[in-house]
Amino acid sequence: MAETASGNRGLMLEEPLIFELDSPGQCGVDLPEPPPVIDRLGGLERPGPIGLPGLSEPTVVRHYTRLSQKNVGIDSLMYPLGSCTMKHNPRINEKLARLPGLADIHPFQPTSTVQGALELIDLTAHWLKTLTGMPAIAMSPAAGAHGEFCGLMTIRAALEDRGDKRLRVLVPESAHGTNPASAAACGFTVDPIPATARGRVDLAALKAKLGGDVAALMLTNPNTCGLFEDEILEIAEAIHQAGGYFYCDGANYNAIVGRVRVADLGVDVMHINLHKTFSTPHGGGGPGAGPTVLSAALAPFAPLPAVVHDDKGFRLVEHAGHSGAKPCGRLKGYHGQFGVFVRALAYMMSMGADGLRQASSDAVLSANYLLAELSSDLTPSFAGPCMHEALFDDRFLKGSGVTTLDFAKAMIDEGFHPMTMYFPLVVHGALLMEPTETESRDSLDRFIASLRSLAGRARSGDAALFKAAPVFTPRRRLDETAAARTPVLRWRR
Amino acid sequence: MSNTYFTTEHEWIDVDGDIGTVGITDHAQHALGDVVFVELPALGKRVAKATEAAVVESVKAASEVFSPVSGDIVAVNDAIVEQPGLVNEAAETTAWFFKLRLADPAELTGLMDRAAYDEFVKGLE
Repeated sequence: MAETASGNRGLMLEEPLIFELDSPGQCGVDLPEPPPVIDRLGGLERPGPIGLPGLSEPTVVRHYTRLSQKNVGIDSLMYPLGSCTMKHNPRINEKLARLPGLADIHPFQPTSTVQGALELIDLTAHWLKTLTGMPAIAMSPAAGAHGEFCGLMTIRAALEDRGDKRLRVLVPESAHGTNPASAAACGFTVDPIPATARGRVDLAALKAKLGGDVAALMLTNPNTCGLFEDEILEIAEAIHQAGGYFYCDGANYNAIVGRVRVADLGVDVMHINLHKTFSTPHGGGGPGAGPTVLSAALAPFAPLPAVVHDDKGFRLVEHAGHSGAKPCGRLKGYHGQFGVFVRALAYMMSMGADGLRQASSDAVLSANYLLAELSSDLTPSFAGPCMHEALFDDRFLKGSGVTTLDFAKAMIDEGFHPMTMYFPLVVHGALLMEPTETESRDSLDRFIASLRSLAGRARSGDAALFKAAPVFTPRRRLDETAAARTPVLRWRR
Repeated sequence: MSNTYFTTEHEWIDVDGDIGTVGITDHAQHALGDVVFVELPALGKRVAKATEAAVVESVKAASEVFSPVSGDIVAVNDAIVEQPGLVNEAAETTAWFFKLRLADPAELTGLMDRAAYDEFVKGLE
């Protein structure tokens, strides 16, 4: 393709860094001359300019508009990133979150002036407890892994309370990748449990690892193979008999909402990703929210603060003074991700119980549609039916010279965000796809047709196409190795 | 008689007297892809057989390196921390991870020799 003099291709514009746009002296706003500075810093004040670029207002507007046009997200295309649940976020959630009475309040306001906000937190907590069947909840965790941290800190507090020094946490290979990190961050040692040929926890291996030093088991259900851990009741019983607690990673709760009550599975603690299951925005740094439901055994150890209500209205409990509570501590400033609670509650209320149940059912249906339609062109890792995500491995690429990475890059040229690659580790060259309930049948069919076409081209020996991909993007394949080995973390003039 | 032994977790140990040199196998570096980060144990640290002694990270995944046997760390290979790419170039020779003083040479029995390891890898294909 011929290069243009500007480096632009049509309206796909090259955009420099904002510091490279610097035109000294230009300014979008006329500011009055500052008053003379009285030195109160004892000579420590900055002597030179701070290096902000000189920019006109239209330059700034164009810069950020162009960057926003380069952004790819769930609002622009199908984003089947496995285990991340990139689904449509209904705009009614955004409308309600922007209501001035909810958007313009401050956490330091007297509680008498924010009774509605406290009621909203309490109501969100109520519905999450109702859906899971769990008696207690900690609303403050600000992300999924933060919820894991909350659950493990709660378990640690409960163990310390009974004078128990258990330190080992069992984590199956089919669990989420953050689980071992969370356990280690809380001071536990991590002991992996292998998966069976069915992609589920090896129950015999699990039982063999149980003992008086096991603090907890961290199970992801449905697991990262997109499969329901169908021996979960026996697993729960085994860990409880050994005196440990049962942590369930609820990142995949979106597959079972309204179908399974978590409390019925024998779970002691589970975090819920509001930014996955309850359709609040995520990706690009959040904010997320990971409210964590707790069993009666762990409830006294929940972190503060908590919203309670009595005949005088709603109030915040910020200090452990009340009877029986032995909170594990405080996890973040203020009272949780309030703006995310608004969106999650808006979603729950607008969907209703029947709608939430339908959403989880449709998510599972979409994934099974992918699994069935792609089974002859790609290689499914495990026999279906699956839950909300379909897992394939790279056996269908064997001998073609094409890797999972190459395949994913070619998907970008087809106009799709790639699925999750190389995770879970229990299969070779994993391709983990989560279509979610918000992709239509038409959208899924286009995705399937593209993947079938790519698989066919790989089979027919067209490896060059894959090695070159992506070719239709503003940048071609990046040197990820060099980026990791010699990262350039700061722009310099 | 070869003094090199292999684990099912794809580490090798080359034994000379009571000192063992440990690294990851060529198969392991190939499966990992481009290695971008290596973390080595502290000198003098006591490691137990089959427990985590080092960490290796590639563009695809982060993995633990398990010590094939128990012992005290007597040397680490700082060159692979500086240049992780050496692990891809010379996994079974100059890109060793650490040396340890064997606590119990009897732990070597049960590890695989080269032929058995090659057979093991073939079974994974």
